[in-house]
Amino acid sequence: MSTPAIEISGLTKAYGANHAVDGLDLTIEQGEVFALLGPNGAGKSTAVEILEGYRKRTAGDVSVLGIDPAHPTLEWREKLGIMLQSTSTSTLLTVREAVTHWSRLYPNPRDVDEVIASVGLEDKADERAKTLSGGQRRRLDVALAVVGRPELVFLDEPTTGFDPEARRQFWRLIESLREGGTTILLTTHYLDEAEYLADRLAVIAHGKLVALDTPKGLRGRAENAIIEWTDADGPQTLATPTPTAALRDLLSKHHGEIEGLEVRNPSLEDVYLELIGQAAADAAELDENEEAA
Amino acid sequence: MSTTTRPSYASLVWERSILETKEFIRSRDQMIFIFAFPLIFLVLFGAILGGNEIGQGVDFVEYFLAGMIATGILNTGFQSLAIGIAIDRDDDVLKRLYGSPLPPSAYFMGKVVHVLMVSIVQIALLLALGYFAYGIEPPSEGSAWLTFTWVFLLGTASSTLLGLGASSLPKSGRAASAVITPIVLVLQFISGVFFVFTQLPAWLQTVAEVFPLKWLAQGMRSVFLPEDYAQAEARMSWEHGTIAIMLVAWLVVGLVLALKTFRWQRAGDR
Repeated sequence: MSTPAIEISGLTKAYGANHAVDGLDLTIEQGEVFALLGPNGAGKSTAVEILEGYRKRTAGDVSVLGIDPAHPTLEWREKLGIMLQSTSTSTLLTVREAVTHWSRLYPNPRDVDEVIASVGLEDKADERAKTLSGGQRRRLDVALAVVGRPELVFLDEPTTGFDPEARRQFWRLIESLREGGTTILLTTHYLDEAEYLADRLAVIAHGKLVALDTPKGLRGRAENAIIEWTDADGPQTLATPTPTAALRDLLSKHHGEIEGLEVRNPSLEDVYLELIGQAAADAAELDENEEAA
Repeated sequence: MSTTTRPSYASLVWERSILETKEFIRSRDQMIFIFAFPLIFLVLFGAILGGNEIGQGVDFVEYFLAGMIATGILNTGFQSLAIGIAIDRDDDVLKRLYGSPLPPSAYFMGKVVHVLMVSIVQIALLLALGYFAYGIEPPSEGSAWLTFTWVFLLGTASSTLLGLGASSLPKSGRAASAVITPIVLVLQFISGVFFVFTQLPAWLQTVAEVFPLKWLAQGMRSVFLPEDYAQAEARMSWEHGTIAIMLVAWLVVGLVLALKTFRWQRAGDR
């Protein structure tokens, strides 16, 4: 691997006293698919828009494909593909016209029809973007982000509004981009998506990094397995680091079938929620201390 | 990779202007408004005030036709453009373009070329209506068309650049129409479009002389009215030199404004 695609150290973005991004350090290698997770308002989009050259940072060092995004050049822009969080509005152009136009802005674009097919809009190619559903327009946004054959693609909550089939198709597209060596930074609220696609992921909350790991590694952080069942008092849940012992104990107390019995390893989502909850508690504590001081 | 070349600047400007024009034609409401509005006004004012001689054998309809051609350029280049861009900014259209390798000036130039295309059609429609409904013959001398060319190009360029600059004035796309439209409307009343300029109170004439529409309209009158009518103008001359200076001055103001104030993103989105 040569130089990293993205290097961030001490990145801070302050709006008055509010730190939307608060001392973020992150390195994303070339060819990596990297997911940025975090609750709404955690600073994901702010951080991504600084990397894209849309927002100015307050402090810290940032390098994206070797360039400081605060001083974007056209040559640098040619290597980027950007999908904003907002869905592109109803242009009066057809899908093919929009993708063709976008392809003409880049020196070495992909084939327009192939790109349209890769996002599953071939049947809609000659329809005006205005007539597409929200999810279809989002897929058009994906097409516009990749048609310029970018080295680095930013996808800000790309699959919001997708039906399950469209999401699977999007995942296949990301896989094919990955195989082609494209670096991808995506933000998402879907844990399954991050787990399926990402080589590594970062969880941020209150502008700070709270976890940086592979999906598998992150999931492995969970200490407790979860046992669920229903008894006379209603549904029960038990989180325990020793599920076998807990289950043995449970079985000894019940004779016959236990209603609704389920033992599961924590999902990435459980770990994620725990991390976010911890971060929120820390932040609240910090606020209290500051008020007391 | 090394064999690929980046698209030429001219091809990008052309690509943008064709795209803008395509979208313009498809937004039927906007197209009808832009093209029909001056025609309807010509018919209305012709019906109300036609047949009134305003000096040197010139009918008010002739005077009004030249004014409509001038204000049409301002409508397309300034008003529609500023409002359209403000709406595009709200919809993140500009933000997307800023994230692409399109040079910002190619976007601006694409707008100018698009406005030129629309204005030429609009002027042709006005001249056709003037000819068929009122028997106003377009000038035949080459010198008149030479004057037309530079007045038209300067007027379009300054209107468009001012439109680009003014597009950042309204806080939102929704407010754009309310902010921009009155500016144009007031100028139309005081710049010798709806009324004969010399019939305005002197102080109002002085105010109007600061703004470009008065000079654009006077330039168009110098093209489309008989040479003798220059005697009836405010300074008994077409003042071509002053017209050129004033339009260039506003072009520079527009350019500086466009470069200084143009925002690719919504206010507070940085």
